[in-house]
Amino acid sequence: MTRPRTLFEKIWDDHVVAEEPGAPTVLAVDLHLIHEVTSPQAFTGLRNRGLSVRRPGQTVATADHSVPTHPRNLPILDAMAATQLAQLDTNCLEFGIPIHGMGSPDQGIVHVIGPQLGLTQPGMTIVCGDSHTSTHGAFGALAFGIGTSEVEMVLATQCLLQRRPHTYEVRVDGRLAPGVSAKDIILALIARIGVGGGTGHVFEYRGEAIRALTMEQRMTICNMSIEGGARAGLIAPDDATFQYLEGRPHAPQGAAWIEAVSRWRTLPSDDGATFDRSITIDASALEPMVTYGTNPGMGIPITSVVPSPDAQADPGQRRALERALEYMDLQPGQTILGQKIDVVFIGSCTNGRISDLRLAASVLRDRRVADGVRVMVVPGSDEVKREAEREGLAEVFRAAGAEWREAGCSMCIAMNGDQLAPGQYAISTSNRNFEGRQGKGGRTFLASPLTAAASAIAGVISDPRRLPGIEAIAPVGGR
Amino acid sequence: MADPFQTFTSRLIPLPAENVDTDQIIPARYLKTTAKAGLAEGLFRDWRFAEDGSLLQPPFVLDQPGMAGRQILLAGNNFGGGSSREHAPWALTSWGIRAILSTSFADIFRSNALKNGLLPIVVEPERHRQLFELAAANPDAQATVNLESQVVHLPGDEDLPFEVDPFAKVMLLAGTDELGYLLRREGEIGAWEAAHPARVDTTARATPS
Repeated sequence: MTRPRTLFEKIWDDHVVAEEPGAPTVLAVDLHLIHEVTSPQAFTGLRNRGLSVRRPGQTVATADHSVPTHPRNLPILDAMAATQLAQLDTNCLEFGIPIHGMGSPDQGIVHVIGPQLGLTQPGMTIVCGDSHTSTHGAFGALAFGIGTSEVEMVLATQCLLQRRPHTYEVRVDGRLAPGVSAKDIILALIARIGVGGGTGHVFEYRGEAIRALTMEQRMTICNMSIEGGARAGLIAPDDATFQYLEGRPHAPQGAAWIEAVSRWRTLPSDDGATFDRSITIDASALEPMVTYGTNPGMGIPITSVVPSPDAQADPGQRRALERALEYMDLQPGQTILGQKIDVVFIGSCTNGRISDLRLAASVLRDRRVADGVRVMVVPGSDEVKREAEREGLAEVFRAAGAEWREAGCSMCIAMNGDQLAPGQYAISTSNRNFEGRQGKGGRTFLASPLTAAASAIAGVISDPRRLPGIEAIAPVGGR
Repeated sequence: MADPFQTFTSRLIPLPAENVDTDQIIPARYLKTTAKAGLAEGLFRDWRFAEDGSLLQPPFVLDQPGMAGRQILLAGNNFGGGSSREHAPWALTSWGIRAILSTSFADIFRSNALKNGLLPIVVEPERHRQLFELAAANPDAQATVNLESQVVHLPGDEDLPFEVDPFAKVMLLAGTDELGYLLRREGEIGAWEAAHPARVDTTARATPS
């Protein structure tokens, strides 16, 4: 009998190309995703060395970070963004890499289109010059962000040099209450372990609450693994995974599909497999979560109060909290419910998928956004946009007074002109509340789509569980 | 590719903030460049400069008297979290930083730093606290970073040993990069590929969307 192995160990072992004493493992990469921001210098490196792209057919590009979200027929006003986007087109053309750029029906945030196209599959290794590559772990793929030097390595060799990370079991037992969703699970985890808690580890999310999630909710959780410091986050593939993938453009077909599913069924961690670390969360005890500070670990249940620096024993943490509250202009002990907001951002690779938009629309239907609040709804991909329009969700958003925009990263990273003004407060379904993340001087509260939409109506941070009919609102689809 | 990493001596730049993220090291609006050079302008931009480009008052530590030219950043716990942007080490090295001392580093930042001649040095919490005390009591204290022998030499003849990935150490000392190593594994890569058919083909759809 072989030793019981975790899901992570199975994928890792399956991709070891070479191991030399003293050197990191040469690890094979099945899928390399590329976008405009972290790839230009890698292509320059290839040219300088006279190298080609080893496996263009395992590489795919899209434009997401710098793209404007105003109508596609309007010009790109930012000359640097336009140059960067044109550079991506040129690089992909020269090196033979397929690209879903602006104007393509498959354009979108790189972590939205990978699963949508069926490129993301269980058991694969997936990398991208983007920390939220952890998203793809929802399919039981080992997926992690890399730097631009590594992008160049993968382009040239389809391999990476990696030290084997440790494993970290995140067990989420019980069932979520109505109005509480995947975003609240991951924000609660990060609040418990801190933004460096998972450093050097790969999470595997397990337990009843995880199994009950849709694929899109699982993606929300794996997406933010990096915010807990982990390199990657995994969820074992199951029938929900296969159902999501079947029939997608790049998913295996016919006999290959049957073969693939039987292979994928062997991936889940074996009984008796052990993890280097473990934590358990009770999903049934979770409330909607919201962040109050300047990193994703500074989160609290929505009915709680902003913590006091005086209660922090560690002087470093006390200073960090003081600074965060000063930046956010919040008072220790104040309730987070009722906190004024100026902007609501619904979108990003964390919560910009069709089921996220359905949740937000279910709250905004037949209601109006509060006076003076700007609500931006930014679909995660062009396909998500088309689907939302087919279902009439776009009309719901517009009728409520929200902006319905083109697909991209938008105000999650605020590189494309979509940004907060200094001092503004946003409630955002994105993944980072760092100082200035959504615009210099802007202040971000991270929350779920339900919480963001409920807050849009009230104009202040609001508990989605108080909405009439919330019991009937559940994540739908994403198959 | 960086120059070979040589032993150097510098005063410390104390930055006690914890969890310094890559958005602070270099804000996203500086990522629209297609080059590696010139990123020092964006380093800690929003902690250094007001909207009109003037220095904030009081100045950020990098802009305080006597800090220019220093090469060792003494940072708070868990440095470099957040995005995968290699622009962070590019900006730090472009300003002149060659080593960072902290109790821990985010994984992607650490990996990126090592590929750019920037040495992340992990220090035990108690020693970390003492280093900040040293920097406060003696702002001109010199430290010598010796990668070859894996020690930071401190005033009072004190040696602070540190761990470093042996492979990264070889790469840093030689000023070479990992791509060269990977390119020399051509035989093994080809053999692996022959035994493992590609899982996807991004150039061909199985079905129309």
